[in-house]
Amino acid sequence: MSTPQTFQRMTQRALKHHSFAVGAAIVLLLVISAAVSLFWSPYPVGDIDIPNKLAGPSAQHWFGTDSLGRDIASLLLVGSQNSLLVGFIAVGIGLGLGVPLGLLASAQRGWVEEVVMRAADFTFAFPALLSAILLTAIYGPGLVVSITAIGIFNIPVFARITRGAANAVWSRDFTLAARAAGKTKWTITWEHVLPNVASVLIVQATVQFAIAILAEAALSYLGLGTQPPNPSWGRMLNEAQSQMFQAPMLAVYPGVAIALAVLGLNLMGDGLRDLLDPRLSRTR
Amino acid sequence: MTPSNTTPLLSVRNLRVGLQTSHGQLEALRGVDFEMQRGDTLGLIGESGCGKSLTALAIMGLLPERATVSGSIALNGTDLTQLSDEALCTLRGTRMAMIFQEPMTALNPLHPIWKQIAEPLQLHQGMDLVSAKARALELLERVQLPRARERLDNYPHQLSGGQRQRVMISIALACQPDILIADEPTTALDVTVQKEVLALIRQLVAEDGMGLLLISHDLGLMRDQVERVMVMYGGAVVESAPTKALFGMRAHPYSQGLFAARPQLGLKRGTRLQTIAGNVPEIFNWPQGCAFADRCAYVQDNCRQALPQLELVPGTHDGIDENVADKSRRVNAHWVRCPEWQKLEASA
Repeated sequence: MSTPQTFQRMTQRALKHHSFAVGAAIVLLLVISAAVSLFWSPYPVGDIDIPNKLAGPSAQHWFGTDSLGRDIASLLLVGSQNSLLVGFIAVGIGLGLGVPLGLLASAQRGWVEEVVMRAADFTFAFPALLSAILLTAIYGPGLVVSITAIGIFNIPVFARITRGAANAVWSRDFTLAARAAGKTKWTITWEHVLPNVASVLIVQATVQFAIAILAEAALSYLGLGTQPPNPSWGRMLNEAQSQMFQAPMLAVYPGVAIALAVLGLNLMGDGLRDLLDPRLSRTR
Repeated sequence: MTPSNTTPLLSVRNLRVGLQTSHGQLEALRGVDFEMQRGDTLGLIGESGCGKSLTALAIMGLLPERATVSGSIALNGTDLTQLSDEALCTLRGTRMAMIFQEPMTALNPLHPIWKQIAEPLQLHQGMDLVSAKARALELLERVQLPRARERLDNYPHQLSGGQRQRVMISIALACQPDILIADEPTTALDVTVQKEVLALIRQLVAEDGMGLLLISHDLGLMRDQVERVMVMYGGAVVESAPTKALFGMRAHPYSQGLFAARPQLGLKRGTRLQTIAGNVPEIFNWPQGCAFADRCAYVQDNCRQALPQLELVPGTHDGIDENVADKSRRVNAHWVRCPEWQKLEASA
C-alpha cells in the first residue's frame, strides 16, 4: 500500500461525498478570499467616499457602497481575515488546552478526572457570549478579548469530547496489550489513544470553528469584538441596521457571508465524520 | 520438573483479590497458591468468571485500580505486589508477557504491524527504528507468519485472526520474557488454526526455556499442551495435578463434572451430554465455604463453613518430595480441596 495511491483513493472518495465537496469548496473560497485580501482588495477598506454613499451594485463597486461610501466587496473580503483569525485561534486554544486535559483525565481517572471534568462543567456553564461580555467589562472591548472568551469556551468542549472518546479507546484490548508490553500511561496515550481519537477531534474542530465565527460576528455586532476601522462581518451587520429601510441589501451581504462560512464548515465537518469513519468507508 | 530448592520462576502465595462493586466489597480470588520453575508449563482451567483471567491480570499487575490485592506474587524472588508502577512497567514486556484472547482487538488498528512489534524493542532495549524493524521481521519469521517480509507494512485488518495472533505472540516474545501468560489464546480462532497456534506457542516457549501459564476452558487442549493443570472454581484452585494424573483420576467433584461434560467421539447419536446440576453462583452470592457446595452431591456441613483444606491424593505419579511442608508446593503432587475425595474415588 503506497502513499500516493492511498492519497488518490482518499481524494476520489472525498469528491464523491457531495456535502463534503461542497463544504470544502466554500471553506476553500473563504480561505482564498482571506489570503487574497492580505495583498489586494478592490479598494482600500478605509476609503470613505461620502458623495458616493449607498450606491447600488456597479462595475466599480460590485456590491455597492455603504453609508460612508466604502466598497462593500472590499469590506467583505478583508472581513473574512478577521473571521478566520478568530476561528483558528479560538479552536487552537480549545484544542491546545482541552485535548491534553481530556487525555489526562482519561489516563489518570480517579480524582484527577473528577476535578478536570467538574472544572469543565463549570466553564461550560458560561456561554461564550456571556464570558466575552464579562471579559469586556474588565478589559474593554477588542479582538483579543473576544478571541480569548471564545477560546476559553472551547476548552471544556474539547476536554469533554476527548475524555469521552479516550475512555472508549482505553477500554479496548490493545491498550491493555500495550500495558502488558510495559508501556506507561503516557506512552500509550500518545501512541494509541490520541491517534484513535483524532478523527473525532478533527470533526469537532470544524464545528467549533463555525461556532467561533458565529460568536465573533455576534460580539462585533454588539460592539464588543473587532473595533473600527478594522472591518468585520458582525460590525457590518450592526452598521447596516440603521439603514435597514434605505438599503436593506447592506445587511444581506455580510449575513450571507456569515451563513455561507458556517454552512461550509458544517458541511465539511459532516463529510469528514463520514470520511474518517472506517466503518462507513467500506459501505460507501 | 526441576527441583524446588532453587528460587522459583514464579511463586504465587495466598493471592487474594477483592473488588469494590455496586454490590459491595467482594472477594474474587480466595487464596490462589502455585509455583512455577523455568520451562514449566502450567494450565489454568475453569469456567467463565472463576478467576482465571483475574489471576493472570494480578500477576501482570494490570488489575483495575479499584481492586485490592493481598498475598504475594514473586517473580524470580521479587515480590511484584510490593513494586511501584514504574518498576512494574519495566518488568512487563521484558520479564513477563501476555497474549490475549481477542487478536482482533488487541492490535491497534492505526499502526502497521511492524511498528507494534518494534515498539517494545525500542522501549525496553533502546533499539533504533531500523534495527527494530529488522528484528520485527526476524520475529515474524520465527512465529512462521507466511510472507513475513511483505506483511511488515500490513495493518491489522489485512490479516486473518490466526495471523494476528501470531503477531501478538511475536510482540510478547520480542524482549524474551521469562514467563508467558496466554489467556485463552485460541478461543477466538478457527478450530483448524487453534492447534497450529498452540503448537507454535509450545515450541517457542520450549526453545527459550520460558515458563508458560496457559489459561483455557478447553480440557482437550490442556491435555496436549501443559504438564500440570490447576482447576479453578469460584475464585479458588480446587484441584491441582500433573496433567497425566488428572486425566487418570479427578478427585474434586467439580473436576469430575467438568470431565464428564466433555463431548466425546464415539458417543451414540442423540446421547445427551452430561451436565453439572445447578448454576454457577453469582460472584456476589458466593457461599462462605466451598463455592461448589450447592451443586455438589457429596456436600457436607463443613464444606459450607470454610474453604476446605488441601488434601494430597496419593497416586501412581512419583517423585513427590515429602520434605516440603507446604503440600501445594510439593513437586508432582496431586492435591484437592475436598474432604470427600475418597468417596469420589470409590464411586468412580
